[in-house]
Amino acid sequence: MSEPKPAMKAKHQRLVLVAIALAAIVAAGLFAAYALRNQANYFYLPEQMSANPPATGQPVRLGGMVQTGSLERQADGITVAFVVTGSEAATVPVRYSGILPDLFVEGSGVVAEGSLQADGTFLATNLLAKHDENYVPRELEGLHGEEAAQQAAETVSYGN
Amino acid sequence: MIAEIGLAALWLAAALAALQLFAGALALKQGEGAEGNEDGHFAQLVRPAAITQALLAALAFVMLLWCFAITDLSVKLVVTNSHSMKPMLYKLTGTWGNHEGSMLLWVAVMALSGGLIAWLERRLPVRTMLATLATQGFVALGFYAFLILSSNPFERLPVPAPEGQGLNPLLQDIGLALHPPTLYIGYVGLSVAFSFALGALLTRQVTPEFARVMRPWVLGAWVFLTLGITAGSYWAYYELGWGGYWFWDPVENASLMPWLAATALLHSTSVLAARDALRTWTIMLGVVAFSMSMLGTFLVRSGVLTSVHAFAVDPERGSFILVLLALYIGGALTIFALRAHSISEGKRFAVSSRESALVFNNVMLSAILGVVLLGTLYPLLTEAFDVRVSVGPPYFNPVSAIFAVPMFLVMAVGPLLRWREDKPARVQIQLIVVSSAILGVLALVAVLGDYSLLATIGLALAVGLAIAAFLPLRGRRLTRVPLATWGMVLAHFGVAISLFGMASESAFTKERLAAMVAGESVSVADWQITLDGVDPIAGPNWTAMEARISASRGSAEPVAVTPQARTFWAPFQATSESALLTRWDGQLYAVLGDSAGVDAEGMQRWQVRVWWKPFVTFIWYGGLLISLGGALAIIGRLSADLKRRKAARRGAERRNEARALAAEMKEELV
Repeated sequence: MSEPKPAMKAKHQRLVLVAIALAAIVAAGLFAAYALRNQANYFYLPEQMSANPPATGQPVRLGGMVQTGSLERQADGITVAFVVTGSEAATVPVRYSGILPDLFVEGSGVVAEGSLQADGTFLATNLLAKHDENYVPRELEGLHGEEAAQQAAETVSYGN
Repeated sequence: MIAEIGLAALWLAAALAALQLFAGALALKQGEGAEGNEDGHFAQLVRPAAITQALLAALAFVMLLWCFAITDLSVKLVVTNSHSMKPMLYKLTGTWGNHEGSMLLWVAVMALSGGLIAWLERRLPVRTMLATLATQGFVALGFYAFLILSSNPFERLPVPAPEGQGLNPLLQDIGLALHPPTLYIGYVGLSVAFSFALGALLTRQVTPEFARVMRPWVLGAWVFLTLGITAGSYWAYYELGWGGYWFWDPVENASLMPWLAATALLHSTSVLAARDALRTWTIMLGVVAFSMSMLGTFLVRSGVLTSVHAFAVDPERGSFILVLLALYIGGALTIFALRAHSISEGKRFAVSSRESALVFNNVMLSAILGVVLLGTLYPLLTEAFDVRVSVGPPYFNPVSAIFAVPMFLVMAVGPLLRWREDKPARVQIQLIVVSSAILGVLALVAVLGDYSLLATIGLALAVGLAIAAFLPLRGRRLTRVPLATWGMVLAHFGVAISLFGMASESAFTKERLAAMVAGESVSVADWQITLDGVDPIAGPNWTAMEARISASRGSAEPVAVTPQARTFWAPFQATSESALLTRWDGQLYAVLGDSAGVDAEGMQRWQVRVWWKPFVTFIWYGGLLISLGGALAIIGRLSADLKRRKAARRGAERRNEARALAAEMKEELV
């Protein structure tokens, strides 16, 4: 069997391959960087959300503390309303229909996934609360009222 | 006493790893083994050192298992992670449900693989083998140092504790108990591939033979990683009670990245073995794959995921792994940079050829790997500058799809092409079949329903891939198809099945959330859900509220499902146990929530959330098929190799006999 005779020499084929691989990886990097830049607007603290609200309906995350005394269950039994507050006075009212995560309590941290509605309420589709006493959503690490978090030596890492 | 034996075994194993490294290095330096035997002063030490090290590391791990089995409350690790009231199975699995134990498991498995190679592997040139085992010893030494110096699993307490602090109840689950060891075996397999790659690079033996020796390890690592990811995803799905199967959580990504690299490595190893092309690329991927498993370990074990700040508070372990990471990867890349040019060019191939398709998909896999890597590290990077971002599905899904879609398209065509050079016209019928299937489903789904773009594309690609997976068998006698080819067909079909499950879950899932009183019914999709009642029950270390729900579909008999809201008391923790009802075409998923107050008549209400997820099980069936395909490929390759070597040996014997005969005849003639 004789080698095929492509138009390129061996050295050139290697160069072309390296160039294509590099181009693809650089493209991946650029796509990723572009998409990630938009992610900077993905996570909001309450004060950021009141100062500079995201577009209505845009999927974002809101993270903060559930204000003590603000948790209210609606008559339908599945919708709850509560107020999320941050390190400053700013507050955002949140509505959520669903089963509250284990250990979701007033005065502790929560990350709500959802979108801001036209009336200024944050409609949450998913709540990420700590699911054991050590676990804190990493966005909330360091917020006040989270002394427990500081002692947290280990997180529940369910993928290890 | 048991703990002391374990610790002593660990120290001895570390010493033997050092011996393995230095004896191997000195043997290479002195030019021993060049004649193809291992009789040199240093060379003869390497294999026995590796085997003994394996036995000692295994002994250390067994000693730790023993401590856990008898709940030895003077050992710190047992106290912090076990409890005398725990079921025996979870006492044992608790051994690796923590940092120290899992690292010990890692080195034990690594030492055992090294021992296995030292004992059985005789195909490679002696010098390559020495370099491989020395590298293996070097890697192991780092992990022994890490264990002994910063996370000693056998540490005693000055005063034994009266009772253990329990194991996280979320981890008390058989799926999760088997999940970390599975992933670890995968990681370790990649470390073996790394040792082979460096051994070949150091001795300039990047040959098809090297690829054939490395391939079972890469395949094995890949099979275990696939199983581990599949199991982990199913665990997250039913245990966390959110109904999702993949969260793009950094810990999940830490297992996905080595898998992506291993997938690429596996395919480029095949090209090297079959065609002697892609030499440097294969070595590079070997280094990358191991780097990714080290990075995974670092991410999971350092605490850096909770927060960069948490990492800064207790940086010892994290820094240790980071140093190891820098040492191994930096070292490997340096050797690569110094030696890569000395590996001569592999065989060439045309643009339309199987090699070319494999190269394209290798590049796509690497691009996806880059996307996941950036997305995982980006939040850590910005947090160092005190900007909190969270990167989630809105980033990962579309950006990885940009590269995954062309990859799936090429994956459908690649196996149909011939090695070296092929005319696309030769496979035009197959191309037409696959592309019309894809376009047909695309049109059908787009017309019939209003689903998300990715789900629509996913459904179409899944159908096309499922057909394409079997096309390589066309026109061949099925009994004569090699086992390894069946493996490829099954694995590619598994990818199609898995993709179909994901697309279908995202497109067709129906959900119902209700506050129900006993006796009330709701419907979701074509299911009728009735809450019969909610009762308190108790388990060995938990109490729970359990809902009795009957679910019926159409006119079929109702089936009872019992989701629970559990409360564990050691340590205190609430979890929800979802209830699953599996049918061939999907799964019903029910979760019991909190009490929802009372209704207008004063009846107690309960929150119940029910999903009907069509074909969601296909995601994991696909994962199993992929692993099965990999396992078949290992068996097929190994047995083909054994057969070939037997034939070669017999051929050599026959030639010798013939020569002897000829000599005899010559003598007789004289």
